[in-house]
Parts: sequence; C-alpha cells; structure tokens
Amino acid sequence: MRLKSWQVLAVGPLALILLALAACGGGDNATNTPTATGGSPTASGATSSASPLSGTLEIFSWWTTGGEAAGLQALYNLYPQVCPGNVTIQNSTIAGGGGDAARQVLASRMQGGDPPGTFQIHMGHELLDSYVASGDMQSLKSLFDSQGWNTAFPQGVLDIVSKDGIPYSVPVNIHRANVLWYNKKTFTDNGLTAPTTFDQFFQVADALKAKGITPLALGDKDTFESVQLLETTLLGSLGPDKYKGLWTGTTDWSGSDVTAALTTFQKMLTYTNDDHSSLTWDQANDLVIQGKAGMTIMGDWVDADNKAKGFTDSGWVPTPGTSGTYDALSDTFGLPKNAPNPDAVTCWLKLVGSKAGQEAFNPLKGSVCARTDCDKSLFDTYLQSAIDDWKTDTIVPSLAHGAAASPSWLSDISDAVTSFVSDRNVSTLQDRLSTACKTATVCS
Amino acid sequence: MIKSEAASPPKEGWLPRFRSSPPIRFLTSERAIALALVSPSIILVAIFVYGFIGWSAVVSVSNWHNINPDYSYVGLDNFKDLFQNFRFQIDIRNTVAFTLMFVLACLVIGFVLASLLDRHIAAEGVFRSIYLFPMAISFIVTGVVWRWLLAPRAGVNLLVSKVGWNPDYSWYTDSKVVYVHQGSALGDALHSIGIGFLTNPNYGLPLAMISVVIAATWQMSGFVMVLYLAGLRAIPDELKEAARVDGASEAQVLRHISFPLLRPVTLSAIIILGHQSLKIFDLVVSMTGTGPGFATDVPALFMFQSTFRANNFARGAAISVVMLATVSVLIIPYLYWSLRKESRL
Repeated sequence: MRLKSWQVLAVGPLALILLALAACGGGDNATNTPTATGGSPTASGATSSASPLSGTLEIFSWWTTGGEAAGLQALYNLYPQVCPGNVTIQNSTIAGGGGDAARQVLASRMQGGDPPGTFQIHMGHELLDSYVASGDMQSLKSLFDSQGWNTAFPQGVLDIVSKDGIPYSVPVNIHRANVLWYNKKTFTDNGLTAPTTFDQFFQVADALKAKGITPLALGDKDTFESVQLLETTLLGSLGPDKYKGLWTGTTDWSGSDVTAALTTFQKMLTYTNDDHSSLTWDQANDLVIQGKAGMTIMGDWVDADNKAKGFTDSGWVPTPGTSGTYDALSDTFGLPKNAPNPDAVTCWLKLVGSKAGQEAFNPLKGSVCARTDCDKSLFDTYLQSAIDDWKTDTIVPSLAHGAAASPSWLSDISDAVTSFVSDRNVSTLQDRLSTACKTATVCS
Repeated sequence: MIKSEAASPPKEGWLPRFRSSPPIRFLTSERAIALALVSPSIILVAIFVYGFIGWSAVVSVSNWHNINPDYSYVGLDNFKDLFQNFRFQIDIRNTVAFTLMFVLACLVIGFVLASLLDRHIAAEGVFRSIYLFPMAISFIVTGVVWRWLLAPRAGVNLLVSKVGWNPDYSWYTDSKVVYVHQGSALGDALHSIGIGFLTNPNYGLPLAMISVVIAATWQMSGFVMVLYLAGLRAIPDELKEAARVDGASEAQVLRHISFPLLRPVTLSAIIILGHQSLKIFDLVVSMTGTGPGFATDVPALFMFQSTFRANNFARGAAISVVMLATVSVLIIPYLYWSLRKESRL
C-alpha cells in the first residue's frame, strides 16, 4: 500500500510524542534503600501513631560519608521503633560541594512539583527565603506545640527556624561557627595563651610570626571559609545585637563600627598563609596539626577532623570578642506541601526532634543537640564544653551557612569577600556590602 | 499543536526555492519521507534549542530573583545591574584575556607542529595520534591533572626547585593582575593618545589565567595541528615547486603560498576555538574555580553560581543571553560566509 504524503508526515511527530511519554514514565532516581522495614511495635514510645504507617519515606540529604552517614543511619535504625508500621526508607543522598549539588537537584524537584518526603536544609534564611517564601512548606506549629519543642529548644533557635512566629523546620543538630582552634604544643612551647580579644589575638599572632610560624591558617578555596572569618570578626567587633541587626536592616552597613570591624578583618588576613586560595578548610587545619600554623578559625567540625586524623593536642576558645555568643548553624528537616506519605514524614520529624533521635545522631555527627536536655556523657570533651555553652550563650545565626541571609544575598557577600581577600580594599568592600544589603531589599 | 502544524497540507512555496530546481510538485512522496525522517530532529531542536533560548530571554527581563518565579517585566534592569556588577566586569576582562591567549597559542603551536609533521617524517601517524590524543580527554580530567601539575607547593615549582631555581610564581593561586600603571611611561603614552582609561586593572592580564590557558592549549593545539596538516596537504605541490623554481626561499614559499592558502583553515580554527573559549566552564571549574579574587572566573561560572547557588534566575538568564550574543558575533558571520560559499559551489 502506498502512503499518502500527510500520513508519512504525521509519523515523525507521533514518534516524538511517544518517545516523550516513554521518557517521562521512566524517571527513576539513583537511590538505595538500605534500611530497616517492619519493626517492633513494642519499642520505646516517644510517639505512637493511631494507625500503623506504611509506604515509602524518601529522605533527601547530602550526608554520604563518615560520621554524617553513620548518624543518619542511626536515625534510620531508630525509625521503626518510634514509628511503628512498615515504612521503607528511601535514602536519597547526593554527594558533593558541601550540599551545593544536592540543593540544585532539590531546587529542580521542588519547582517541578516532585518534592521528596523531607529534605536536609540549613536552618534560617536558606529555607525561609526559598521554599517558605514560595509557599511550598507546611507550618509545623502544631507539631512544635504537641511535642513540647517550644521549651525543649532554646528561644534563639526557635527564632531562626521561624518566620512570623511559625516554625517551618526541625533542627536535628547544632554546629558552632565561631571557634578558634589552636595547637596546644605550639602555644606552650612559645609561652602563649589562647587569645579571647582582638588585641590579644594580634599579640599572639605577632609572637608566632616572629618565630616563623604562620599565625592564622586559612583555606578559602571554597569561599565560605573567608566569609566565615568575616562573620566571626563582625560578630566579635560589633557584638551579638548589632550583628543580628545587620541581617534585619537595623545596623547600618556603612557605619563606622562596621568600618572598624572590616579593618580588623583586613589586619587578620595579613597573618594568614599565602597559599590560602588553593587550600580547603581541612588542609588549613593540617597546617595547625603539623605545627606550621598556630591557629585557625573554623566551625566545630574541626573537632571531628582532628579526631579522624588522630590529633589530640588541639585547644579551642570562642573567636576573639565572641565569648558568651554561639554563632549557630543547623541541619533541619521540614515538611513540603504535596510531600508523598506525609504521615510517615511527620513521624520522621518527631524522631529527629526527639531526645532519643538527637542523642543517637549527634555524637556520631560531631555536633551538639539542638535540644538542651541531651545526656552530656554521650559526647566527647569538646562537645561537652559546647553543650554547656549552648545552654547559656546568646545564640546568633551564621552567615556563611545559610542561617542569617538569603542565598542570593549570601552570594553577593561572598563575591565581595572573595574580591577583598585579594585586593584588601576596605572601603570598596564596605560599599559592596551596603549595596548587597540593598539588593537583598533588607536595607533601604 | 505542533503535530497539526506539521501535518497540515503545505502551502505553495513553503519549501525553499532553489534557482535550479524545476517548480513542478513540491511534496512528492519521496520528499515527504525525507521530511518525516528529519521532522523529529527539527521539532526537538525547535523546542530544546530555540524554545529555551527564547525562554532564557524571557527570564532575563523578569524579576525572578529567588526560588519563587516572578515573571513581571522589568525591562533591561537585569542587564544594567549585570554590567555594573564588579564580578561580571572582571569576567569580561578574563574572557577577553583567555580567548586571546588561548586562540593565539593554539594557532601558533598547532601550525608549528603541523609544518614539522608535514616533512613526511618517519612514524608520522604515531606523532599525529600523540598530539591529537589530549582532545579525546574531557576538560574535567584535563583540569584536575593540570591543577595537580601546577599546584604551587607540589607540581612544576617543586620540580624546578630540585635544579635550584625557585620562581616566585604561584600559578593559578597568584592573584596579581598585570596592567599598565598610571604614571608609568607607557601609561603616559596611552594618555597622550586618548586611551588613558586602559591604565586600570580592569584592562589587565590576571596572571592566574595563564595556568588555565596552558591546560586548554595542551588540550586543543593538537586539533589545530590536524586542521593545518590537512590544509598543508591540500596545497598542490606544483605551486610550491613552481615558486622554488622561480627562486623563492622556503620562507617566501611559506609567506606567499602556504599562508594565503591556509587562510580558510585559520578562520575555521579561530571560530571553533573562539566559541569554545567564550563558553568555557568545565575546565575552569575543575581546575581553579573562581580563583583568587576572581582571577580565573568566567561568565559561565558566574551564570552557574547565580542561578543554582544564589537562586538568582533572572541574573543567570541575563548572563546566558550576553554569552549567546557574544558567541553569535563570532558564529553568524562565519555561517553566512560558509553558506554563501556553499551556494556558489
């Protein structure tokens, strides 16, 4: 039979449509399902659901290796005990870039209307200015009320995870950004004590420099390290209230007190190693471990790094001028609207906010509980001291780790800092920071 | 909708009319089959290339600055902000510096290699493969390898320090920018001819970029060599012989025979290398990232970070549109030129 022209012409588009349909149907994530199903309904009762849970619970994170993955697995092991039923946990992890890769995948899934059950995200503006602002997250107010979390978590954290008084995510851990780590042996050999003010810091730095030791190890290959150094300097120089005001528009970015803080930052950079732009934070910590550098300013994940490298001679103090202040960041989980299996997700949130869940997760991850009632004896020496501070300190949100500012504002600040680290021009930096605040529509 | 359009009976004269083709029946069943076979690709390209270019253009004039889409029209504001953004200004400088150095280095090295191979040396095929092999490697791998090779404390610097030479150059971690300083002799000369604005680091050469140029040239010069080799082989020996008989030196043969006849090859090479270097992303990401003080930052990297890290989709789209425009400036005249040549044949 001879085909008519139009019949032949129709074949191509038809084939295309079929192809497209086939492609849509075949979407499958590279995930694994490692964990327990079923479970003992008798075990511990942080909660109990009315009807047994079932189906699949997808948990999206960038915890793929080491203590992070072990902590996550510990939570998975607890899940069937706390949430009776037959839920299969789907562990969707995306490695790389401190979560950058995972956040990109998350963004396209959220925009495509295919949210995971729940996902890891930093507390604060990283969530509030993205998926909360776009109306994609559910309020967790009733959950916080029913679980007693309004008193279990410190007010400072509740403020950071909430927008207009409504909490949107459950913090599972707390890391501290404002820690100065030093090599105890280097310090005792040179008769130095750990600095707690900027004046002391520069005295110690000069003494180390005179001995041919790099005073402050910095590895800012990933940019966040120098942003974090700026953040702790702003905090130490301005104090917690004015620092918080930077993120709400009440502290003037072009003020003289900010100029002073930036000048201190400029001076601190002169005590860093020359090859900082080719190193990562842990390679900078290696310099401290080897005694080539005296100090490094980094978050308390340095503790886990020291442990993994078998380094026990490490000392720590809050960064200059920040005693009594806890510059906090946290990994949190929330409940997206249209999440598949919301009951199973809600039970997961109950688990990550519970004492049992946080006590299982945090010693492995190397962080402290967001709750204030965890059993201290489960933690190592550094974390025990951090737990004490966590109960009493003023809590402020970290900039470099998503708590203080929206992703686009943070990106503008990072660009300005990257440029400053090489040109060291304070007034240019301050101009750019003021502009960034205006672009973010926080300052007018 | 797409389907019905394609299937509707074609209007008179909707196929391009060639001067030589007889204007009888346009849609013979043979043509229809041909058209049916290419239509999937035409439709895919229409959607996924031109459709998305259009979509990027729409986003680039929108107010979409976070996760939440906001398509309200803001005119050229995003472009104004972009060109005032210091990082983008640095990116433009870097792209120009990179493109000039990269294209020139590839052309020179490629041509030298080609003319050496053109001497009908023994085992020519082996050498040809050796020089062409780097092109088979992905830019990501090239980037990682050269990052190790040029690491200031480990790579080449360590090697030369073994022979007692300690160069004060830290490769891609060097944040210095070489430019004509205001007040210097050359700076004064520039001022006197009215282009004094060039005495500014914004018109300088970021030293860290040289490392990236080395890696990229290592990868691409073999490709240029093959182009030139083919070009050299296509030059009839009679022409050269005739010139030599007329008493021309080898240099004159090169200057008056080879170079003019290689001009189309050079042009193709410039277009291919040029559009690659204007869009370069993977090599920079895996090798240096944004570099110290954005010394090795490029627009594609800025676009990627704006869009996927900062969720600033409008700015990302604006950068893409600027990049597309830059590449078009290079590609469109070339396409026009080569199409015109084809139709003349």
